[in-house]
Amino acid sequence: MTTSFQSTATSVPADQPSPARRRVSARWRRRGGIYLARLTLMAVLIGGWQVGVNAKWIDSFFWGSPDGAYSQLKTWILNGTSQGSLASQILVTLQEALYGFLIGVVLGVVFGIALGRNQFLSDLFAPFIKVANSIPRIVLGSFFTLAFGYGIKSKVILAVVLVFFGVFFNAFQGTREVDRNLLSNARILGASRWQTTRQVVLPSAFTWIMASLHISFGFALIGALVGELLGADQGLGLLIKNSQNNTDINGVLAGMVLVALIALVAETLITLLENRVLRWRPPQQSADLTVF
Amino acid sequence: MSIPPSRPAIELNGVTKKFATPNGGIYTALQDLDLTVAPGEFCAVVGPTGCGKSTTLTLVSGLERPTSGTALVDGRPVAGITAGVGFVFQNDAVFPWKSVLDNVAAGPRFRGQGKAAANTLARDWLRRVGLAGFEDRYPHQLSGGMRKRVALAQSLINEPEVLLMDEPFSALDVQTRSIMSDELLSLWELTRPAVVFVTHDLEEAIALADKVVVLTAGPGRVKATFTVNLPRPRNAQEIRFTDEFVGLYSEIWEALRSEVETAYARTTARSTAQTPDRPASSPNAQVA
Repeated sequence: MTTSFQSTATSVPADQPSPARRRVSARWRRRGGIYLARLTLMAVLIGGWQVGVNAKWIDSFFWGSPDGAYSQLKTWILNGTSQGSLASQILVTLQEALYGFLIGVVLGVVFGIALGRNQFLSDLFAPFIKVANSIPRIVLGSFFTLAFGYGIKSKVILAVVLVFFGVFFNAFQGTREVDRNLLSNARILGASRWQTTRQVVLPSAFTWIMASLHISFGFALIGALVGELLGADQGLGLLIKNSQNNTDINGVLAGMVLVALIALVAETLITLLENRVLRWRPPQQSADLTVF
Repeated sequence: MSIPPSRPAIELNGVTKKFATPNGGIYTALQDLDLTVAPGEFCAVVGPTGCGKSTTLTLVSGLERPTSGTALVDGRPVAGITAGVGFVFQNDAVFPWKSVLDNVAAGPRFRGQGKAAANTLARDWLRRVGLAGFEDRYPHQLSGGMRKRVALAQSLINEPEVLLMDEPFSALDVQTRSIMSDELLSLWELTRPAVVFVTHDLEEAIALADKVVVLTAGPGRVKATFTVNLPRPRNAQEIRFTDEFVGLYSEIWEALRSEVETAYARTTARSTAQTPDRPASSPNAQVA
């Protein structure tokens, strides 16, 4: 018995250092080339813009300029903004987006799995969810601002509403698509309904849920910013709105850069989380693309 | 068998199972099927494609209920998931997000055993199926044969009195398959559960079983039962060359052949059913 299994064990690849290392270095060379090309593209676009502004081909009053946005950012960092320090503005927006994201994800996962596992609940809620989903949810922003005031609460709630539906539909679908063999196997091995949900349905649905998280943080950020545009006393959205009111295009651009940075950092963190949670999956060939 | 048991491990009496088809019809998978398996008996079920072989297993395990007739396991009617039953599925049913160790320990853990005790037991079973040293791997890092060993250990760790196997080795290559047959036999000798082994491979059926049951083309019912009196312990790979084996093979194949032909004729009749000059050749064709 022990001799025979070794014949089937050969499929696990043994590490062979020399070709593997060669492959790694080739990959790094290729990746380095791509990074260089990306930097060049960015330099050409931003540099071209700046050159156009300097040569007066582009009117910087309407279109702004890279150096104008840069000096605005520097001023905000060194001297603070009209609403207080820049860090506190970023923190407020980040807090709103993060709370909205977390609450929305938890609600979406819980409801998605509950309705996916329970036919009665799904029949009961289906029409309500369809109706709620068909409302363009941004218009709820005005309602929440009036109902919950200019503080952080109205923004968090708007972000929750934006995040919830994407996560909910993915969790629901993911629950419905769980391999029936795995469910039968768990039942026969003695799993209770809760154990099956927790140890079979949830991990299986997570491939779907993770896909929605990438978009969801973007939605949470939209919820926070739109909420701030509609009425707030703090935050990046308010900073952008005030710049717009002062026809300060460079202020708007500087605000956009900050928002983009937040989104990028969040995306990286979510990708790290995804790799951690879904590490049981076979490695994907398109792993490079998930950076975007 | 040699010792007449007081109470059969599995007893299906006049079992019929009907399914609703997606286009509103009714499909009869099993019709008045009788099957008895003694404790510790290895029973192989063969039959053509779509004759309801797998359905018998879902009825014994309690995953499905019979439309009529009774299913008894250890003398008790099947209600819900049957306790003391293990199931090895045709496709991979090990949990891809659990490590090999956690997969094997899953049964005891589900049944309320502590983590340390379950892991000790799981390591023991992994050693028995020849997978010591692979505890921390994920299933996708294993070969098909190794994943089957995990599935076997996962079922056997619960020490079932009844082990149901649904074409468990059909996805494996021929060499791995015959190795797995031998390993299944030596594992079976350890705890000696009653086995129902569904397969479409007659050679595999004879090499493993004490009893081979031939089902008719769907709706499935028992056409004939053959006792396999080959000596144990067997070498599943070499026993195929003995005269007794060859004799049994041709005898059972005689019973199986007409059913396979009926099932095949039905599939070809269905695919040419639209052509008006060739009506359905089998009188039962409308059932499918």
